[in-house]
Amino acid sequence: MSAVPFLERAPIELRDWFVQLLPGPLQWLTHHLITVVAILAVFGLFFAFTTVAERKLLGRLQNRLGPNRAGVPKFSILPWHLRHKLWGLTQPFADAVKALTKEDIVPTAADKVLHFLAPVIIVGFSLMGFAVLPFGRLLIPVELDAALLYFFAAGAATELAIFMAGWSSHNKYSLLAAMRALAQLISYELPLILSVVPIILVTGTLSTSAIVHAQGFWTFGLLPHWFVFTPWGAAGFVIFLVAALAESNRSPFDLPEAESELIAGHLTEYSGFKYALFFMAEYFGLTALSGLGVTLFLGGWQAPCAFLEFIPSYLWFMGKLVGMIMFFIWVRGTLLRLRIDQLTRLSWKFLVPLALLNLGNAAFWVLSAHWAGPLQLVRWAVSLAVIVIPFVVMGRSITTGYGPRSYRYAP
Amino acid sequence: MLGTGILKGLLVTAKNFTGSYHDPKRMVTVEYPEQKTVLPENYRNFPFLVSESADDPMGTLRCVACQICEKECPPQCIIIEKSKDKKPDAAGKQQFYPAIFSIDTSVCMSCQICVEVCPFDSIKMDKVFEIAATDRFQDLLLTRDRLAKSNSYYHQIHPEEAAEVDGRLAAERKIAEEKAKAAAAAKAAAAKPAASVNPASAPAAPAPKTPPPAA
Repeated sequence: MSAVPFLERAPIELRDWFVQLLPGPLQWLTHHLITVVAILAVFGLFFAFTTVAERKLLGRLQNRLGPNRAGVPKFSILPWHLRHKLWGLTQPFADAVKALTKEDIVPTAADKVLHFLAPVIIVGFSLMGFAVLPFGRLLIPVELDAALLYFFAAGAATELAIFMAGWSSHNKYSLLAAMRALAQLISYELPLILSVVPIILVTGTLSTSAIVHAQGFWTFGLLPHWFVFTPWGAAGFVIFLVAALAESNRSPFDLPEAESELIAGHLTEYSGFKYALFFMAEYFGLTALSGLGVTLFLGGWQAPCAFLEFIPSYLWFMGKLVGMIMFFIWVRGTLLRLRIDQLTRLSWKFLVPLALLNLGNAAFWVLSAHWAGPLQLVRWAVSLAVIVIPFVVMGRSITTGYGPRSYRYAP
Repeated sequence: MLGTGILKGLLVTAKNFTGSYHDPKRMVTVEYPEQKTVLPENYRNFPFLVSESADDPMGTLRCVACQICEKECPPQCIIIEKSKDKKPDAAGKQQFYPAIFSIDTSVCMSCQICVEVCPFDSIKMDKVFEIAATDRFQDLLLTRDRLAKSNSYYHQIHPEEAAEVDGRLAAERKIAEEKAKAAAAAKAAAAKPAASVNPASAPAAPAPKTPPPAA
């Protein structure tokens, strides 16, 4: 323990110091409660500021300013008033107050219990994914051997809640949208998991902390051994990114919600704070999936260079996480929404075969692990070819007959 | 190749992102209450009454309460009551004036028909759009004193149109003056022969000159 620098140990030491103050029987409970509260507080705030960052970034990506008006209100009990608008950073709190004070409408025909349970369950399950993410060298809420299995099981359970919302609203549009959402989520569950399998194959473990440790060395102290820097890892990362976008209902795969076409799909009959809970769950899901992507492909809490290790590992993790979220926002600000047939075609005809090929690619990588010298180059070339050639060929076959579109009346 | 379009798109938005920090010309929005855009010349929303002088708007209204606009208004949002007495207008002629002139802006549809039918150029379209009010009955019914705005204000908001109107009005006034002068001269000439001892020496009464067409 003492070999680890103080900043690295600080959160753990703080928790242990607090737990020791309590009587014996309470220690175990407090130990875990502190972890839960820490995750809720950190990722709750992270969610709040992701929303404002998203709105500001989307604005900038479209040559607008984004929200910059929400300051601090004048409380009549206080003698002074902070007039600075704080660059609109208090916007999420204003949004929260708005969501809390809005009327909560439950349709008369709705299944009241399920209608109430759906947002609760979706938030619960989307939070469960955080339990197995290693946030730092010592910071992992639960050290599970089958962490990846657990993560995907918890993630898939949110689909149940979405269908619950659609079914219990007793609204045919909600139900149809929920079925559509389910079709999308199940379609993309497959490439998501298949893109992760090569990592399990190479590392031989399902534990997230072991996977991070497997990426922990540097060539010449500069080049990190993250899986994204191998041919199969890069391909897996791209497939993972696309599938993660679809899994978290983000643009360009935001068909279940599709605010400009549908009336918010399964969220139609939700208002006020229940709607905010769905919104929250969506961001929690996105954050958890981004965290998993960071853990699996981007080296988790590992520093990119050996000499940068003095920065605490959890800061590296959060930095990478923020980077992933920014990338997702960037994609949202750029791409257009897909049609449902394009969406399923992309998954079944393109991503799933590519992910399967990538699995074979990883198997080859494992089998050729002992190749050395010039054979290393052959290994890289073969591995690249196995993934790039099918990408080009399949990309061509999937796009033929679909464009470029010619416009008769517009230039 | 598949995906190059996506990369190009990402590049475009990345350029927007960096450009939005150093190139103000890119920004498509303005921060409204602090910054305002210049409204186009032909922008209009609700009508106002033109008065000749800013100091005495009620006394110098161009409106003579002819009630044409009240009758033409499609949604019937204009309410006019003609005065009992007459007051001299800007040209010194005795005219009626509107004792009551109100426009209900909650009904007005900004069609500008009142402006087009007005023979006195006394009602014009305004550009004020910050018209939010807390009382939908009292605050949205614009009475005579709230409608009256000076000619110089009209020049401010519609410079080209106002210059054209002023030119036309000045020409009309000139013609009227010439007419009055000619009429006075004719009167004088008609009075002269009656008083004169030698009617043959005086020429016949001058025919009233036909006025030149308005500029």
